Amino acid sequence: MKLRTIAFNNLRRRKAKVFFLITGLMIGVSAVVALMTTTRILAEDIAHKMDEFGANIIITPKSEGLSLTYGGLSLGGFSFDVKEIHQEELAKIKTIENAANIRIVSPKVFGVFESSNQKALAVGVDFNSELALKKWWKINGKSPESDSQVLLGHDVAAKLNLTKDSEVQIKDHTFQVSGILDPTGSQDDSLVFIRLPLAQKLFGKEGQVGMVEIAALCKNCPITELVAQLSRALPTAKVTAVQQVVEGRMDTLHNFQNFSLGVSALILFVGGMVVFVTMMSSVTERTREIGIFSAIGFRSAHIMKIILLEAVIVSLCAGIFGYATGIGVTWGLLSFLSEHRPHMSLDPYVAVGSVFLAIILGLIASFYPARAAAAMDPNEALRTL
Amino acid sequence: MSYIQVIQAGKDFGEGDARVTAVKQIDLSIEQGSFISIMGESGSGKSTLLAMLGGLLSPTRGQIVIEGIDLYSLTRTKLADFRREFMGFIFQSFQLVPYLNVLENVQLPLAVTHHSEEDQVRLALSALDKVGLKEKAHRLPNQISGGEQERVAIARAVVNEPPILFADEPTGNLDSRNSSEVMKLLTKLNSDGQTIVMVTHSRKNAEYAERIVEVADGRLIEPTPLRAAC
Ligand SMILES: Nc1ncnc2c1ncn2[C@@H]1O[C@H](COP(=O)(O)OP(=O)(O)O)[C@@H](O)[C@H]1O
Ligand SMILES: [Mg+2]
Repeated sequence: MKLRTIAFNNLRRRKAKVFFLITGLMIGVSAVVALMTTTRILAEDIAHKMDEFGANIIITPKSEGLSLTYGGLSLGGFSFDVKEIHQEELAKIKTIENAANIRIVSPKVFGVFESSNQKALAVGVDFNSELALKKWWKINGKSPESDSQVLLGHDVAAKLNLTKDSEVQIKDHTFQVSGILDPTGSQDDSLVFIRLPLAQKLFGKEGQVGMVEIAALCKNCPITELVAQLSRALPTAKVTAVQQVVEGRMDTLHNFQNFSLGVSALILFVGGMVVFVTMMSSVTERTREIGIFSAIGFRSAHIMKIILLEAVIVSLCAGIFGYATGIGVTWGLLSFLSEHRPHMSLDPYVAVGSVFLAIILGLIASFYPARAAAAMDPNEALRTL
Repeated sequence: MSYIQVIQAGKDFGEGDARVTAVKQIDLSIEQGSFISIMGESGSGKSTLLAMLGGLLSPTRGQIVIEGIDLYSLTRTKLADFRREFMGFIFQSFQLVPYLNVLENVQLPLAVTHHSEEDQVRLALSALDKVGLKEKAHRLPNQISGGEQERVAIARAVVNEPPILFADEPTGNLDSRNSSEVMKLLTKLNSDGQTIVMVTHSRKNAEYAERIVEVADGRLIEPTPLRAAC
């Protein structure tokens, strides 16, 4: 027989008390697991859908006289020739501290051209980035697959009288219209999209970009912090945050995270108290037994070990059940908190962590009762015989 | 020097006005292999004296010396080790751990030694055999009679063959048939060389011992030799 046999046998005989202990701890652990998993999954979900919100940071050349607004673009005053951003500078975007939060970088260059006696604005883009950024685009046709293809905004196509597959002359280059955007209600409706390198060449802006749109998601820092980091990386550029929607949503999530942390701490504290009180009363109940252990020659450390072993066994069960319950609760919570049910993913760290948390909490809450048992006066304990 | 020596030992409980002197001053020597009864009225201080002898209660005055070791100069841990190696205890009742079966209860003192599980079981079964309860090894304490529980307690007290066996009113809760059975068991153990110190208020039980000392009001009354020390 080992000390653990004593611990196991005692627990087996006190099923009601063990059930109570496990439940108390389990509720705490499952609350923490549920809140942590829910907030994590919601944050990931927002990250996934981030693309659909479009850009939230815009980098434009720093300029005194130039007022460049992307919505309600005023084209007349453009003087790109002097105030462009060098394309190689964009590499620095990936060097900022929170580079991992930058999801999409879409550089563009603008140029005015004339076709059928109409002035129009062409924009050179990297189609992969641009399409990732503008998930809401509906293209009638295809996006350009070669340098000789263009994508037209809805309005500009109407104005220039162009349809899919018709040809359009930009500067000295002839393009074929590969697709036309459905109306977006944004400035994109009046733009002619061509490939960035070609646009740079056509408008004599090799190696330069007129604007960079960035989709970033900052889970652990405010968007303003990202803006500050980008400004430091690109001192010659003006970095502006747009689209407060996502940020607001993330803020709500942050608040929820803080709130849930507080609630978890409280529930854990209560769980710990349940363990403490139950263990304390069980030590009192076992006074006689502890007296016998003492008389038989168990050291204080042996007695303490029995009680802490019991705490570990109970906490281990509570941790495992608590994790499982927490995940179950998360399932339920997510269907409440999110209009669609986000992809449910499990974090192994949370699984291991919750078991550890339960054990640590159980040990802390049982430490004083175990000490009290170990310090019991054997003669007093035996007098209750 | 005697095997067990009580040197001017006394014990007070409580402080100030609530102070109770349970044992005033006792000198006593006990030889190895002897069977001694400490007799006295209820409240005379017998249990207090036995607890001091057993390393369970430190005296307010005086010393307890066993095998030349002053018990209460030992640390708490060393004292626990000393109890485990040198002493077995039997009490009046309710001394079995309720959630352990008979065999496990007897094994208990071995649980913190280096005996293998096999050795533990072998020793426990042989101790149970001595008290005639080998067949009930797998019963729980509440599944056997009071007399049997007392015998299990004796088996547990001697399982690791400690030199000294302390018994405090071992038959206090038993009917006369079970009492005499327990007393015969103790006499048998003593005849096999076991030193036994027993506390009892019953003269009948005390007379199983080869030596009786009487305690009254926290003091020893002149020892009454019964049988000639052989
Ligand atoms: N732990 C204690 N605290 C206070 N008084 C005690 C304690 N133990 C014993 N006493 C008192 O000491 C006296 C002797 O007790 P005890 O040794 O148990 O007597 P006996 O075993 O002979 O009946 C009694 O008056 C008892 O009330
Ligand atoms: Mg007594």
